[in-house]
Amino acid sequence: MEFAAELRAVCKVYASGRQPQGAVTAVTDLDLSIRQGEFFTLLGPSGCGKTTTLRMIAGFESPSSGELLIQGQSMNAVPPNKRPVNTVFQNYALFPHLTVMQNVAFGLEVARVPRAERDRRAAEALELVRLPDLGDRKPAQLSGGQQQRVALARALVNRPALLLLDEPLGALDLKLRKEMQVELKSLQRRVGITFVYVTHDQEEALTMSDRIAVMNHGRLLQMGDPVSIYEQPATCFVADFIGETNFLQAVVLAADGTQVRLRAAGCELLVPQSGQQLSGGQAVTVALRPEKLALQSSPGTKGGGLTGFVQELVFIGTDTRYVVRLETGEMVTVRVQNAGQGSSNSWRSGDPVQVHWEQQCARILTA
Amino acid sequence: MQRRDVLSPGFLYFVMLTLFLYAPIVVLVVFSFNDSRTLVFPLRGFTLRWYGELAGARELLAAVVNSVVLGLMSSVVATGLGTAAAIGIARHNFPGRRFFLAVSAMPMVIPYVVLGVALLILFSWWGVPLSLWTVGVAHVVINVPYAMLIVASRLAGFDKNLEEAAMDLGETYWGTLRRITLPICAPAMLSAFLSSFTTSFDEFAVSFFLIGTEATLPVYLYSQLRFPSRLPLVVALASIIMVVSILLVTLAEWLRNSTLHLSRQGSA
Repeated sequence: MEFAAELRAVCKVYASGRQPQGAVTAVTDLDLSIRQGEFFTLLGPSGCGKTTTLRMIAGFESPSSGELLIQGQSMNAVPPNKRPVNTVFQNYALFPHLTVMQNVAFGLEVARVPRAERDRRAAEALELVRLPDLGDRKPAQLSGGQQQRVALARALVNRPALLLLDEPLGALDLKLRKEMQVELKSLQRRVGITFVYVTHDQEEALTMSDRIAVMNHGRLLQMGDPVSIYEQPATCFVADFIGETNFLQAVVLAADGTQVRLRAAGCELLVPQSGQQLSGGQAVTVALRPEKLALQSSPGTKGGGLTGFVQELVFIGTDTRYVVRLETGEMVTVRVQNAGQGSSNSWRSGDPVQVHWEQQCARILTA
Repeated sequence: MQRRDVLSPGFLYFVMLTLFLYAPIVVLVVFSFNDSRTLVFPLRGFTLRWYGELAGARELLAAVVNSVVLGLMSSVVATGLGTAAAIGIARHNFPGRRFFLAVSAMPMVIPYVVLGVALLILFSWWGVPLSLWTVGVAHVVINVPYAMLIVASRLAGFDKNLEEAAMDLGETYWGTLRRITLPICAPAMLSAFLSSFTTSFDEFAVSFFLIGTEATLPVYLYSQLRFPSRLPLVVALASIIMVVSILLVTLAEWLRNSTLHLSRQGSA
């Protein structure tokens, strides 16, 4: 079986009270195929439908239309307690009146696993999340990070077909969050269970995922591995939401199969085709990642660049961010790595500069 | 404490308030030990006679038993119904939820006298003979809203995710109710039960309208006020009841507080 879970044309509409026009569409025509054993991330800003999608997979919400399959079986009519999935909730949702051990063993107890095996598996799960000695504590006696691990153990102990994680690291502080990111990823590799992870943190998504689905306004914008999502964003939203991007408004002058000639910021640029149908005169957007741009003092030797003045520069340790004001008034951010010693290649505010880049690094976006 | 504080209006107010609230109670307790059938100063001397005579007052003890049984039974029913209503309101979103909440809370704002008359009319219309049962029904009506609000506030302090987590782990709806929702509500249910019991135990107005031949304690005490010679007995019993009531209310309050404390920890 190739897919752990599939969503086919799934929609979710919330009727809101008395006014029929008040219906809220949370998810629209969503098609997802989550592969067996992968770390799959639903990424998007709050309100984009990612949590609704997760809750539909878990069974807490039912799709208004469309079909949901888990391991090839239709799940539309299956209640949450009969689905082979487990969830790690955002606020952990540990049972406050039970001990850590009882929390972890809860699912096994429901499944009527014999006591000896239940105890052994629960202990194993606690060991897996590196909390072997806290079984007798109550959840309220644990720190946030420890509660997080208990929630993870409680879900993993049932060996679900899919583990659903709803922004599980959101409540942790930055340092702990970074640690848990690495740990979650390695845990996922060890246990081999399919993870479906919901987050609004693009860095988290890039760090941990095998594949990412970017959502906005209830729609799937792009699905792919972190590199392709980052390097070949399909829309302006994706380019902007993941990493940092400069956008230049441009007009197509001519397009052949491989290259597009266009006018942007008062210059003529050559940009590689990225699959769209383009025709002369069409307005498009050119996306440029700040770290792929370079500066040189103008007038430069290399062609193909944009000219402007350094408006502002911010030293941030590993690199320096230059905000360049182009002749048309548009701003372009350039990140220059502080590779060498000293300030041989640094510019000051007001210096005339030329921004250039390797041709294939620019990307044309039409949406 | 500085002298200035002692004479401040706030402190004086506090002293007056305490005096007005508690002096009658203290006087009551003092007279219950006074060796005289008339409740007038000066005190005549210490006696335990009235407490001793209480043991022999069969009608009065029967009334106490009636009140205790009535209180226990009506409180169990009120707590059960109140808990069910609380779970419905706090955990389910159904059409007419607000209306249901308003209707359930209504008995709280209806004066007991009005409620008593209304139920009397209803029972006589239906041809239900008045008895402790009719009083019991009335006490359930009185106590359900309080029980509901106490349990609902407990539920509101807990994440709805808990029940979802239990179902996510394979538990059925009823299993989740039994293993998660009710254990979490348990302290609040006990607190609701205790406050229902105290309300039922000293409720007079409604009972007076609906009582049959067997008296509850408050109704019996009221009837005894016509016989001045029995008064010291009543005073002694009132002292006992008061002490028990204070203990119960304190216990209920303590439970509620520890509940709140726990829920704060739980949601942290």
